[in-house]
Amino acid sequence: MRWPSRRAGLLVGAIVLGLFIVLPFIGLHVPWVLPGTLDIVNSTGTLEVLALCFMFAGVAVGYDMMFGYTGLMSLGPVLYFAVGTYVFDIALTHWGWSLFPSLLVTFGVSLVLAVVLGAIALRVHGIAFAMVTLAFAQAFYFLVESNPHNLTGGDTGLSLSYTRMPSFLSGAVSNTRNLYWVALAFLVVAYLIVWLVTESVTGHVFVAIRENELRLDVLGVRPYRFKLVSFVVSSLIATGGGIVYILVIGTAVPSVVASTTVTLSILIMVVLGGAGTRWGAVVGAMVYVYLQQYLDKVGAEPTFTRLPAVLRVPLSEPQFLLGAIFVLFVFFAPGGIAGLVVRRRFRRASAATLLSAFQGLRKGGGG
Amino acid sequence: MNIFLVLTFSGVALGAIYFLAASGLSLIYGLMDVLNFAHGLFMTLGAYAGYEIATRLPSSLGAPTLVILAIIGATVVGALAAGVTELILIRPLYGKPISQILITIGLDLAGVGLLMGGFGSTALQIPVPLWLIEPTHIGGLYLPNASFLAIGAGVLVLIGLEMFLALTRYGIIIRAGVENREMVRALGIDVGRAFTLVFVIGGAMAGLAGILYTIVFSGDLVSPNQGDSLLIFAFIVVVIGGLGSIRGSAVAALAVGLLQQYTSFYIGGHSGWAQIGDLSTVLLLAVVLEWRPRGLFGRVA
Repeated sequence: MRWPSRRAGLLVGAIVLGLFIVLPFIGLHVPWVLPGTLDIVNSTGTLEVLALCFMFAGVAVGYDMMFGYTGLMSLGPVLYFAVGTYVFDIALTHWGWSLFPSLLVTFGVSLVLAVVLGAIALRVHGIAFAMVTLAFAQAFYFLVESNPHNLTGGDTGLSLSYTRMPSFLSGAVSNTRNLYWVALAFLVVAYLIVWLVTESVTGHVFVAIRENELRLDVLGVRPYRFKLVSFVVSSLIATGGGIVYILVIGTAVPSVVASTTVTLSILIMVVLGGAGTRWGAVVGAMVYVYLQQYLDKVGAEPTFTRLPAVLRVPLSEPQFLLGAIFVLFVFFAPGGIAGLVVRRRFRRASAATLLSAFQGLRKGGGG
Repeated sequence: MNIFLVLTFSGVALGAIYFLAASGLSLIYGLMDVLNFAHGLFMTLGAYAGYEIATRLPSSLGAPTLVILAIIGATVVGALAAGVTELILIRPLYGKPISQILITIGLDLAGVGLLMGGFGSTALQIPVPLWLIEPTHIGGLYLPNASFLAIGAGVLVLIGLEMFLALTRYGIIIRAGVENREMVRALGIDVGRAFTLVFVIGGAMAGLAGILYTIVFSGDLVSPNQGDSLLIFAFIVVVIGGLGSIRGSAVAALAVGLLQQYTSFYIGGHSGWAQIGDLSTVLLLAVVLEWRPRGLFGRVA
C-alpha cells in the first residue's frame, strides 16, 4: 500500500530526527511531561531516558522486520540483546580489549549463534518456533546466572570497565550527551537497515512468507533461507541494542538484560506501535519506555501516596498499567498506534483510494 | 545408590508438577491454538489463594485441614480465573491466534504487576503441618512427605483426565476437537463450550501446580514471579511431549523432571555449573526437536 502522504511521513520523520539531534543543546523546562528532577529536557536523567528510548526503538524496528514483516514470532530476541551486552562487556572488562575488536567479536559471536540457533529453531513452525526460541533464550539466561569462570558476575551483574574506552564515551554520567547521540545513531542505522531490507526483493519475499508460506514453496522459492536471513539480521540489530545498552547504563544484570521480560517488552512495543509498519515499532518503543520510566516516577510522588489503597496499589505498578494498556490495545486497536493513524486517514481518503486499498488488503489477506 | 533413588523420587515429584502445569497448556493449545501465557499467572494466583486461605482462616482448624483447604482453594481459584479469562478475553478473539497469545501476555504482565503491588515482591511463607516437612523412612531411604503429595496429585489428575477424555461426552468432544476442530463444528456441536471447559480444567491444574510447587519445591514460599518461571519449563515439556498430547506431556514431564534432578546433583556441584539442571532441559528440547520436530507424541499435520 502506498499512501499519498508518504512524502509527508518522510518530512515528519526528518523534522523529528533533527529535533532529537539538537535536543541536548536546548535547556527547556517542561514541568508536566517529565516528572520530578527530569523536567529539564537536556538534564542527564532525561537524556539517559531518551537514549534508552532510542535503543529500544532500534531493537523494536529490527524485531518488527522478523515479526511484523516475515511473520516469525520469535520469543528469543533477548538472547541476542544479552549477547550484545555481555560479550561486549566481557571483552572490554575482563579481556581488556579496545573498542573495535570488542565490537567485532560481539557481532561475530552473535552472528554464529543466530545462524546456528536460528537454523535449529526454524525447523519447527508457528507456536513451536516461538517456544523453542524462548527456551534458547532462557538457556542463555541460566548460563549468565551460573557465572561460568566468573565471567558474567552471576546475579550481581557485571559493570563495564571504561579504561580501554575512547574518552568521549567513557563514564555513563560525564558523557551522557555523547551516549545519547550514539543511541540515536544506532536507531537511525537500525531503521535504515530494516528499511532497505523490507523494501528490497528479499523484503517482499518476507511478506509473502507471512501471508502464505505454502504458496511460496509451491512457486519454487524456499522460504527457509529467507526466514533465516530475517532472523539473523533482526538478531544482529538486537545485539547492537545490547551494546548501546551497556554503554548507556554501564552495568549488566541478568534479570534486567537477559530475562524473558525483555522479550515480552520488545513484543509489546512492536504490537503497541503497530506490527509491520517500521515507524510504528519506533513510536511504540518510545511510548513504552517513556511510560515505564514516567509511571515509575509518578508512583513515588507524594500526592500519589495519599490515594486510597484500591487506587494506589494498581496505579503505582507500571507493570500492571502497561499490561492493561496493552490488553486494551490488542482488543480495541489491533493495528496499534500506526493502525489508529492509518484508520483516520482511511476516513478522509476518497472513495477511489479506499477501494484500491481494500483490494490490496484482500489480495494480501490470505493468511 | 541411595542418593540415586532419592533423586529419582524427587525427579518424579518435580515431573508430576510439570505435568500438572503442562497438560492444561497442551490441551488448550491442541484444541484452540492458543499459547496461554496467562498460565503462569494462574499458577501464581493459585499459590497466593492458598497463602490467603492458610493464613486468614483460624489456626484452630489445625494445620492439616488448612493445607487441604489451601490446595482446594488454589485449584478453585485457578479454575475460576481461567474460566473468566476465556469468557471475557479469549472468546471475542476467536480465529485470531496471535491476538489471543498477545492478550494472555498482557494479562500475565498486568496480573503479576497487581500481585506485586498487593502482596509486595518479597516471598511470603505458607504455614504447613510438620508432617509435610518431615521425611518418611522406607528401606533405608528418607523420602520427603511433600513429594508423595505431588506424585499422588499428579497420578490422580492423569488418571482422572484420561478417564474424562475417554468416557464422558465432553471429553470425546474435546478429543475430537483436538483432532479436527472444523469437522466437530460442522457436525453441529458447540465447540465454544468445550473451549471454556478446557480453560477451566487447565486453570484448575495450574492452580494446583502453583500451590504444590510452593509446598514441595520452594520451601513453602510464595512470590509473584514463581508461576512465570515454572511456565518456561511447562512450555519445554509441552513441546517435547508434542502439542495437544496428554500422554506426551506426562512422559516429557517425567523425563524433564528426572533429568533436571540428576544433572543438577551430579554435575551442578562443580563451580560454574550451578544452572546445569535448568540448562539440560533446554538441551533435551533441542535434541528431541532435531530427532522429532513434532515432539514425542505429536500428530503429523
